[in-house]
Formats: sequence, structure tokens, C-alpha cells
Amino acid sequence: MEPIISFKNFGFKYTVQKEPTLYGIDLDIYPGQKVLIAGPSGCGKSTLVSCLNGLAPFSYDGEYTGSLTIKGVEARDSSIFARSKVIGTVLQDSDAQFVGLTVAEDIAFALENDAVAVDEMKKRVQDVADLVDVGGHLAHAPHELSGGQKQRVSLAGVLVDDVDVLLFDEPLANLDPATGESAIELIDRIWKDENKTVIIIEHRLEDVLHRGVDRVILMDDGRILADMTPEQLLCSDLLRKTGIREPLYITALKYAGLAVTPDMHPAHIETLTLSEAQKAQVRDWFDRVESPQKPGRGDALLDVQNVSFAYNNGHQALRDISFSIRKGELTAIAGRNGAGKSTMCKLVCGFEKQQQGTILLKGEDSAEMSIKERGEHVGYVMQNPNQMISKVFIKDEVGLGLSLRGKPQEEIDAAVDDALKICSLSPFVDWPVSALSYGQKKRVTIASILSLHPDVIMLDEPTAGQDFRRYTEIMEFLEDLNRSGVTVLLITHDMHLMLEYCDRALVFSDGKLLADDAPAAVLSDPDLIRAASLKKTSLYDLAGLCGIADPKEFTARFIDCDRKARRGV
Amino acid sequence: MTNIFNYIDRKSPVHAMTGASKLVCLLLWSFGAMSSFDPRFLFALFAVALILFKISKIRVADIRFMLWFTLAFCVLNNLLIFLFSPQHGTEIYGTFHEVFRLGGRYVVTQEQLLYHLNVFLKYLATIPIVLLFVTTTDPSEFASSLNRIGVNYKIAYSVSLALRYIPDIQREYHDITLSLQARGVEMSKKASLRSRLKTASGTLVPLILSSMDRIEVISNAMELRSFGKNKKRTWYRYRKFTAWDFGAMLLGLAVLLLSIFLTTFVNHSRYYNPFV
Repeated sequence: MEPIISFKNFGFKYTVQKEPTLYGIDLDIYPGQKVLIAGPSGCGKSTLVSCLNGLAPFSYDGEYTGSLTIKGVEARDSSIFARSKVIGTVLQDSDAQFVGLTVAEDIAFALENDAVAVDEMKKRVQDVADLVDVGGHLAHAPHELSGGQKQRVSLAGVLVDDVDVLLFDEPLANLDPATGESAIELIDRIWKDENKTVIIIEHRLEDVLHRGVDRVILMDDGRILADMTPEQLLCSDLLRKTGIREPLYITALKYAGLAVTPDMHPAHIETLTLSEAQKAQVRDWFDRVESPQKPGRGDALLDVQNVSFAYNNGHQALRDISFSIRKGELTAIAGRNGAGKSTMCKLVCGFEKQQQGTILLKGEDSAEMSIKERGEHVGYVMQNPNQMISKVFIKDEVGLGLSLRGKPQEEIDAAVDDALKICSLSPFVDWPVSALSYGQKKRVTIASILSLHPDVIMLDEPTAGQDFRRYTEIMEFLEDLNRSGVTVLLITHDMHLMLEYCDRALVFSDGKLLADDAPAAVLSDPDLIRAASLKKTSLYDLAGLCGIADPKEFTARFIDCDRKARRGV
Repeated sequence: MTNIFNYIDRKSPVHAMTGASKLVCLLLWSFGAMSSFDPRFLFALFAVALILFKISKIRVADIRFMLWFTLAFCVLNNLLIFLFSPQHGTEIYGTFHEVFRLGGRYVVTQEQLLYHLNVFLKYLATIPIVLLFVTTTDPSEFASSLNRIGVNYKIAYSVSLALRYIPDIQREYHDITLSLQARGVEMSKKASLRSRLKTASGTLVPLILSSMDRIEVISNAMELRSFGKNKKRTWYRYRKFTAWDFGAMLLGLAVLLLSIFLTTFVNHSRYYNPFV
């Protein structure tokens, strides 16, 4: 059989860069295959995607070397439009990819551009919309849809063209765990039913492997490091070397001292088979490791008491919420979109006012405080750093809050120096903000909040849309910050984030606070998981498989052990 | 979030018409109304516009804000005309019938009053039609209509695209100002106008930066789905012309022709002159 995509000694160099980003790529993908491309940030996988769909070199200037043929046509000789008929790309940011005013128009977009007659267009749009289960939402505007629905619309928008290859660029990046799971199931269904070739770029290996893939291509430093089945990959030590997260149950097996071998069928937790001796070894490990210590409780910095809030349109966003945040905690506010997480933060910051209940900041009633005054207790960091930065130079940006409060210049300079030091940005003090990377900009926005010395710093989805390296960089920074005594509150729908980094999770659903517990406990409670659109961890199943009666404790001990390993304790 | 077009979705024959025919009718109607200073004709147009409103099922309550806005503008316009040119009527009609004196050059004449009546009626004759167009035209159908009457589809689509992203950008602006306020920027009425303008310009930098990010993603997404490949494109929201559409365009044409007829054969000028 002829490969549908064939790279032969392929390379790509961006015009603006000195060194090629990709080199020596040899890869054949055959019709009907399902391929996962994984690799750390900067490994070249995004460039590979752009070379496939034609954005490089049509949108990003650069030069091909070697050969890339797509459906038998040398890529050099085909336009971005011709390629889009073979390869349909579902971009990472399905919100920005949504160009139509309604679902129907967005799905029809490619057909409109191909000047397809309107009657035929309407029929095809309806068919494709039904295929991905958005047929009932054709007249809806983008802001009326959930993240998962938007992604389905993006998928429909490329399926409508009857492409041979579906290319998914980090499809899980903006979805909550339960939605991510159904996205993977949907991709699998389309792959099987529609006879498509599927290429998925993702670093969340365990989540993608929820449904099988034929091959995993592991990339590092602009070339292909490995091309093997998921089982082979999981049995190797390549994941650890490239800094990609193994499935949690695999890591747990390794902690227990087991060597992962193909005869265990390690690709999915459902297929994993262990001998009695191996199960006993996991149980031994569980008995051997200590239970994590409960963190000591500090003074309450933020006290939310019986707060209820409804928007002007009558939507009851929060009902009778009570919790308190204590000094030194690293807490996650979790829940799906629309669960009330962001509204809670808006109330704390004073952007909205609750109709009932009290919010105490360091024991003081905040009802009479202005947004500015609250800002001295609670620092709020927005999701997108580009939305916060309003000064050209880093120094001015970080000192903005203080200079607006009329502090003397020496005091500002000292505070800016401190904040930059904490955020490892001291060498850049005189730089313009525009010269920094995304992760560094994020740190600038955090520094600009830290310079005001708030009691609590609150971050909205700090890792949304970030690849694993940036994600790790941001989270480890926040962890260090927390250890240095800063109280941190994170809004997130990322389960791994709360599991791996947070001491405590507040789970919101439909405006109610469903749980206030350790993340390991939250993620071991099936009812809670369903209500909050979370996902059971594979550790829970592994505990069951090995006959460990307390999966919650198993998860907690694993997380504690994993954190210590990461910190090198 | 309200969109600037304020499209109100109701079922009516006016809604069912294509944006193109409504636009043609609006243009012809406006030319007709603008070129005539015959109060009888303008009043008749106003009456017809009211009937159209009735048909369209748009209620006064839906457009109250725009109505007040244009009325205020109309009053201001009339005041300014009188202030700067109190004898404009006399210049036009060539006669002088004094009503009363206000002092100085401000003498109120019948001619001036007739001229003001004309200006006022012009508003009454055109504003309802403009509001009708705005409230009954689906924005994306409008983009397709623009394309149909000869506007390049890339330009027509940019109208639709702007409508798609304006609410997002509004939301983003709102978020940016809130986060700046939390850091200590005073945006309430307590601050002086000057400092508020300065801070407003401060929000522009983040707004532009994040919009630039967005533009790159959008243009890539559009190119990946063949936008700009062909000379022509079709539109999902395309509608066929019906009898109502032809009726609307004929109505517009009739208004223009009647206006020309009145000017050339009845009044022998753009002005109806009862003073000679």
C-alpha cells in the first residue's frame, strides 16, 4: 500500500531562524492509520503540523529540504488550498478557529469558499453536524456553546470537506477531563466509521491512549526519536528521557519496583494484567510508603461565608458558598465551565457584588472595600498575560500597582527588585516586555501582582493552552512561590494540575460547592467525579486491580511519593 | 452582549426579505427623501414608513434608545441651523413673512419655519426606514447581500467577521479594565477626565496585543479552510429573491421617481414654495 503521507530525509528551516527546526525526518503514514505524535515543547512537532497542513511555508516563511509527498503529490508543488482538501486541521484554540456567526455557518465555511451550491451545502452541513452530535445546535452562536461543543464544530468544519487525513493539534488542551475523554472517544469513532487517517499531536499520553492508537511517534530536538507501538513505548524509558508524563499507573508500577513488559499489556489500564506476585509487590509498596502529612493550618486570609450570587439576567451563579483559605495553602478551585469558579473569583476581587453572605479578607468585611482596596489583599492574575501587560518595560509593568498608589520611588524600586528576584526575572529588569517568551510574560504578570504583597494570589487557568514544558515551568514556579510562603489559589479544570500540585481542592458544580478535600480524595469519589465533569484516575483502578481496599489512600501516597521524587527529596 | 447591528429576530415579511433588496430600497428611498423639500411628499413617506413598521412587527420599545438618540440629534440640528442661519428660509423661498422678533438678526419667519419643518420631516421620513433595515437584517445574511450587490466578498466577509468578534473584544476590554482596577488604576468618576483618558489608553496596549494573537489564529484557520481560493464564494445564509424583494425595490424606485417628478414637473425646484 502507498503511504498517504511520506517524509523522506525531510527538513524545514524558518527564514527567521539560523538552524533548521526539523531535520532528517523519515516517516511514512499509511491510509487508515491512527498516529500519535508526542514530544516536549520545542521538539518540532508544531512545525511538523504546519508543514503538513501547509501553514509552513505559506503562512510562516521557510524552506523545505528533502521530500514530503501527500497523497502522491510533492508538497512543494501544492498550494495550501489543495492540501486542505486532503488534510483537515483541527486547531488547538477552537474558540478562535470559530469564524462563523453560528454553528451552521462555521461548518459551512469551507463549502462556501468552494462555491458549493446552497441547497447541497445545507444538506451536507446537517449531515456532518449530526455525525459529531451538534445537529441540534445549528443556529447557536459560539458563546452559547461549551468548549467541547466548539471543538466538535471545528471537527465538523473539516469533515465537511471529506478530507482523507484528520490532524488534531493538542485536542485536549482546552477541555475538562470528562469532555477530553469524550473527545478522544469521538475521534476514535470518526476514525473507525469514516475510514479516515488520524494524526493526533498531544503530550497527554495517558488521556489519548484512552482509545487505542497504531503508532506513537516520539520527537525530540527536531527529529524523530522513536516510532513504535504504545506498548513498546511504555516499556521503554524514552518517556522519562524526553520529559513526557507517563500514564500514572505505569509510574506507580515503576515505584513499586516492577519492570513494565509487553506481556502486561500496559497500553490501557483496562488491559493491564499483573501476576499475583506482581500485585503483591504493589501492595508491599503501598504498605511501605508513608501516608502524607497533613499540612498545618495557618490563619484564615480569605473567608467566604454563605455567599449567594445571581447575575442580572436571573442566572443563579452561586448558592450558599462557604470556605476559607489559610496562610500557606496551595488550593485549586475546580469544576467545569459555568460551574461558578470564575464568578467566585470575581466576587472576591469585587468585580461583582454578592447578594447574600459575607467575604472576609484577613478578618475584615470586604463589603465596603473598593476593587483597588481588595487588590491589596487578593492579587488576581488573568489567564492570558497579554491581557494584563500595559507597559513597555518590565520594570514599569511590575511597579505599576505601587506607583499608582503613590509610593516613593525607592520603595517601588526595592519591591520591583524583590518581585523580579522571586520570579527569576532579575536579569531582564531593563528589558521591554515584548522580548520575553510566553512563560516569562506570565511570570511578569505574577511579579506585578507580587510587588503589591497581597495575602493571597489568585490565578485564572494558569496553564490553559500550554504545552507540557510551559505547564511544568509555570507550575513548578508556583510551587516554589507557595513554599516561600505565598498563599496561592488556582482556578483550573485540569485534573493533573490539582492532583500533582495542590494540597486542597474546592470542587464547584452548578453554583454549589460540592467538595472541599484533598485532590486525591476528590478524584477517588465516583459521584463527585461525575458531577464535576472530572475523571477517575487510573490509580484508582490500579488499586482495585491489586486488591488494595483504600484507593483514596493509595492515590494520596502515590502523589506524595511522586512529588518527593520530582523535587529530588 | 448586544451587537451593534441590534438585529431583532421576529417572523415577518420584512425579516424574510434579503438584505440586498432592503439595502437597495433604503438607498433609493434615502436619495428620494434627501433630494426633496416638499413637506407633503416627506409626510407621505413618513406615513408609509409607519405602515412598514407595523408589518415588520418591530415595536417602539425595541428601538426606544435609537429613537431618542436620533430625535435629540434632530432637535440639535434644527437649533444649530437657526443659530447660524436664521434667514435661510428667506434665502431659499425669496420672500419675507415675519412671525416675531427675538432681537438682532434673529427674526422668525414663516419661510424659516417651513424650512425647519422640512428638515424635521426628512428625519421622520428616513430614520424609521434606517432603523427598520438595521433591526430586521441578519448580519451574516447582510454580508452575503453586500457581496451580491457587487462588493468584493473579502470585504463583505470582514463585516461578518467583525460582528463575530466584537462581543469577544468587548468582553476582553471589560476584563482588562477590571484587572487594571484591581492593581490600582482609578476608572470611576472620581478620577479626572484627563487621567481617565490616560488609563483608557493604557488598556489599549493589552487589547491590541491580545487581538494580534487572535488575528494570527483566525487568519490561519480561514486559510486552512480555503478562504480566498476562488474569485467567488457562496453563502450559507443566501436567500432567493421573492415577490416581497421585488416589491421593496420597486417601492424604493417609486419613491425616487416620485421625488424627481415633483422636483421637475410640479415644484420646478427641490423646494415646494407656497409663498409665491
